Amino acid sequence: MTDRVIDVKDAAVLDSIIQPPSPLPVSLAGPLSAPRLTHLQRLEAESIHILREVVAETQNPVMLYSIGKDSAVMLHLAMKAFYPAKPPFPLLHVDTTWKFREMIAFRDQRAVDLGLDLLVYTNPEGLARGIGPFTHGSAIHTQVMKTEALKQALDRYGFDAAFGGARRDEEKSRAKERIFSFRNEQHRWDPKNQRPELWQLYNARKNKGESIRVFPLSNWTELDIWEYIYLENIPIVPLYFAAERPVVERDGALIMVDDDRLPMKPGETPQMRRVRFRTLGCYPLTGAIDSDADSLPAIIREMLLARTSERQGRVIDRDGGASMEQKKQEGYF
Amino acid sequence: MAPDTPLPETPEPGVSEIERYLAAQQSKSLLRFITCGSVDDGKSTLIGRLLYDSKMLFEDQLATLEADSRKVGTQGGDLDFALLVDGLSAEREQGITIDVAYRFFNTDRRKFIVADTPGHEQYTRNMVTGASTADLAIILIDARKGVLPQTRRHSFLVSLLGIRKIVLAVNKMDLMGYDQAVFDRVVAEYRAFARQLDLTDIQAIPLSALKGDNVTTLTDAMPWYQGPTLIGHLETVEVADLRASQPFRLPVQWVNRPNLDFRGYAGTIAAGTVRPGDRIRVLPSGQESRVARIVTHDGDLPLAVAGQSVTLTLTDEIDISRGDILSTLDEAAEAADQMEATLVWMSEAPLLPGRPYILKLGTKSVPATVATLKHKINVNTLEQLATKTLGLNEVGLATLSLDQAIAFDVYRNNRDTGGFILIDRLTNETVAAGLIRSAIVRTVPWQVLDVDRRARSQMKGQRPRVLWFTGLSGAGKSTIANLVEKKLHAHGRHTMLLDGDNVRHGLNRDLGFTDADRVENIRRVAEVSKLMVDAGLIVLVSFISPYRAERRMARELLGPGEFLEVFVDTPLAVAEGRDVKGLYAKARAGKIPNFTGIDSPYEPPESPDVRIDTQAMTAEQAANHIFTLLSRFDEDADLVDGAAI
Ligand SMILES: Nc1nc2c(ncn2[C@@H]2O[C@H](COP(=O)(O)OP(=O)(O)OP(=O)(O)O)[C@@H](O)[C@H]2O)c(=O)[nH]1
Ligand SMILES: [Mg+2]
Repeated sequence: MTDRVIDVKDAAVLDSIIQPPSPLPVSLAGPLSAPRLTHLQRLEAESIHILREVVAETQNPVMLYSIGKDSAVMLHLAMKAFYPAKPPFPLLHVDTTWKFREMIAFRDQRAVDLGLDLLVYTNPEGLARGIGPFTHGSAIHTQVMKTEALKQALDRYGFDAAFGGARRDEEKSRAKERIFSFRNEQHRWDPKNQRPELWQLYNARKNKGESIRVFPLSNWTELDIWEYIYLENIPIVPLYFAAERPVVERDGALIMVDDDRLPMKPGETPQMRRVRFRTLGCYPLTGAIDSDADSLPAIIREMLLARTSERQGRVIDRDGGASMEQKKQEGYF
Repeated sequence: MAPDTPLPETPEPGVSEIERYLAAQQSKSLLRFITCGSVDDGKSTLIGRLLYDSKMLFEDQLATLEADSRKVGTQGGDLDFALLVDGLSAEREQGITIDVAYRFFNTDRRKFIVADTPGHEQYTRNMVTGASTADLAIILIDARKGVLPQTRRHSFLVSLLGIRKIVLAVNKMDLMGYDQAVFDRVVAEYRAFARQLDLTDIQAIPLSALKGDNVTTLTDAMPWYQGPTLIGHLETVEVADLRASQPFRLPVQWVNRPNLDFRGYAGTIAAGTVRPGDRIRVLPSGQESRVARIVTHDGDLPLAVAGQSVTLTLTDEIDISRGDILSTLDEAAEAADQMEATLVWMSEAPLLPGRPYILKLGTKSVPATVATLKHKINVNTLEQLATKTLGLNEVGLATLSLDQAIAFDVYRNNRDTGGFILIDRLTNETVAAGLIRSAIVRTVPWQVLDVDRRARSQMKGQRPRVLWFTGLSGAGKSTIANLVEKKLHAHGRHTMLLDGDNVRHGLNRDLGFTDADRVENIRRVAEVSKLMVDAGLIVLVSFISPYRAERRMARELLGPGEFLEVFVDTPLAVAEGRDVKGLYAKARAGKIPNFTGIDSPYEPPESPDVRIDTQAMTAEQAANHIFTLLSRFDEDADLVDGAAI
């Protein structure tokens, strides 16, 4: 679930709410000798603590970098956690070959700018068999090019801990997941048998063949992410900002024509629309929304008015109630 | 971010509305709370209701809730709010909560993180997980049922974990005609119990989670109730975070050495504040130094406070590693290798006193054993009962003894430096939560003996060690051990043989064959062997010793290379076929309970130093084999440290 801060019918009501009549009760730089930490400062400190704990307690960690806004925040936190050192682990991107081109360009630029190791992995069998969302359907595509590929990559490099940018507010089974989440040899999650996780104490000891998924952003909400990106000035993929883009409308979703692999249906022609994305993934599986929000304040404003959750734009979440839990049990991140 | 991130103190002209909105968001305080109580009292329903009524749900989520309610709901197709929170398929099928769900919402005044915990006793450890980070607990009671054993158990745990603010939510008032007498009776009953737990800050509210009465709006159905709504109370209740005003503590998490010129100590400040120039003490070593810089990615800070994750550099080059605690000079943390602590047992496998577990406190992990169990607590009556072990969900008071001194505080003062977990060394399971009550200062320091082990073994001209024979009853351990001892003796070695049967007649006469007694049996034998090794002897131990954990404990008691595990590998069928002492027959007939291999497990060594396959060689051959290996081990060791044998 994503925070809806205010129940509003339209932007006018929002505007009246966000213009408080009296001076703001900002107490950050107040006279107190020991300043109270803000909500985001607390979240930031918790995430940094988690990142450091994994580095101290595991042999070969990796950060799964999916290029989206949550990954952007997680990477930013990693830069902070180990400063002045660089994060002592590589980034891993599982490339399905169907990501937006702007994502790939952004990914490569970030790695260069920050001077980090970036590993890009694609499932070779999937590639050889030509697996794609149109020829094989979204379920098989996701299974082979994402879930299987991730398992292969983790096994191949022998990573024993992988950071992921998932948040508990995203989905009802995520809300149940520990920060340190264990996977057996087959990378399966056992939701009914999670380790107790007390205070800030994480038990990172694993049995033979087990690996750990660690979610440093567990307690962040979508709104927190945007506020933080704004306050910290974190670079994000331009696709999050509204612009004129070629799209086709399918089953109620706006699919961007990112390259010539998108097969046109009879009578279908791409039209230019002013759209942006709330989440990013494989372009044929990610719906855009009509929007004019071309700056961070505008995005945040739009979010506060949103009537649907960010997951709605994801085509893979729609099949059935326990679907995400099931995917996770099968090794989906 | 630094705490002085520049946000506008007063709105300047031109500052956009969103910026001001964000500033307002940032200044909101955060409340972390849990819902707890007995099964089916309506905890999940209440959280779902809170999310719904505070307009936290999106249209697609509402549509899903409606569909789910028709499919698997408990309300005959009406909205079943619990389904918003019970997100696992097993929970939805059974209509219960199994694990904690963390949900997030906010109102105009506050941000909230709520953990919805399961009521079932079986899942108590998940409730403890949720409670460990909470500032406030909503304890639900079904108005029809009153205070139940689980209500008491959860209240006890809440009090133990140091949560002082309680909301007593008397739920399902709709089913009791919204009757004030019912409410008053439940509240009186609860207060009487809670007083014994030192829970006094209690706000009682009559509710219907299902109908929404008194959740976000006051209901007309209970005009006799004058207090706040639930949300009204949660928005305004004061929860003071006292950590910033306590003496400074920083558990060192990671030593940051990007190059030779920089050595920083990274960690999250657990208490107090720190400034460059502050004098600090490192524990447990006791060394002193001064803070040079507070380094962050956003620049050096003039001040850092409890809750912040920072990196400190010091003015002196001293030896500090992960697990040490940096603290103020005068009010430093405790340092000891023994402590008294309350344990909440969270594993199906019971606590075994004497078995080494890993204790993790702050950033430090160290082997620890439970030395004594003082008592366990009946959570219903709060009575203290004598006990030898703790089972799943039991709570007891114990003394622990650690392999080395560590730094800590008592839990009452700080949950981050006073709370720990115990981890099983074989399964890696988190088996207990611990709350330190006090340090135990060792009054008798270890005697420094001038005539030491080295002196004694030199006089005997041999390398002392333990040959530990393990295997099933009737495997041939004693026969082979006897032969090896004879050979050693013939070569002028000083030896001693400890045999299971002999020792059980004397030293261990008081022990039986329960799991706990088996562990104690081996612990004593291991300690005796160690003393004999100190005396310079070659000790042959012939014990079934069925558990890996205890054999490992014995190994770790001794120095490297001093413990040789000899696995006398005879399959059960063969040992039973031989049945030299007729014990298997008796065990099969049910006359000997807990017999290894029959109704008590044997865990074979994974990588023994020597493995004897008794089907492939005679006892004499086995003894020769061991004797030869032993000489070779000694030669290797001599090459390493040059010691004369
Ligand atoms: N009439 C009535 N029924 C309620 C009320 N609150 C909850 N219930 C019902 O009580 C049943 C149990 O509710 P849950 O919310 O699942 O209870 P719980 O405390 O979360 O249960 P566990 O988490 O499994 O311990 C459901 O059928 C609810 O609809 C209430 O105020 N009035
Ligand atoms: Mg529940």
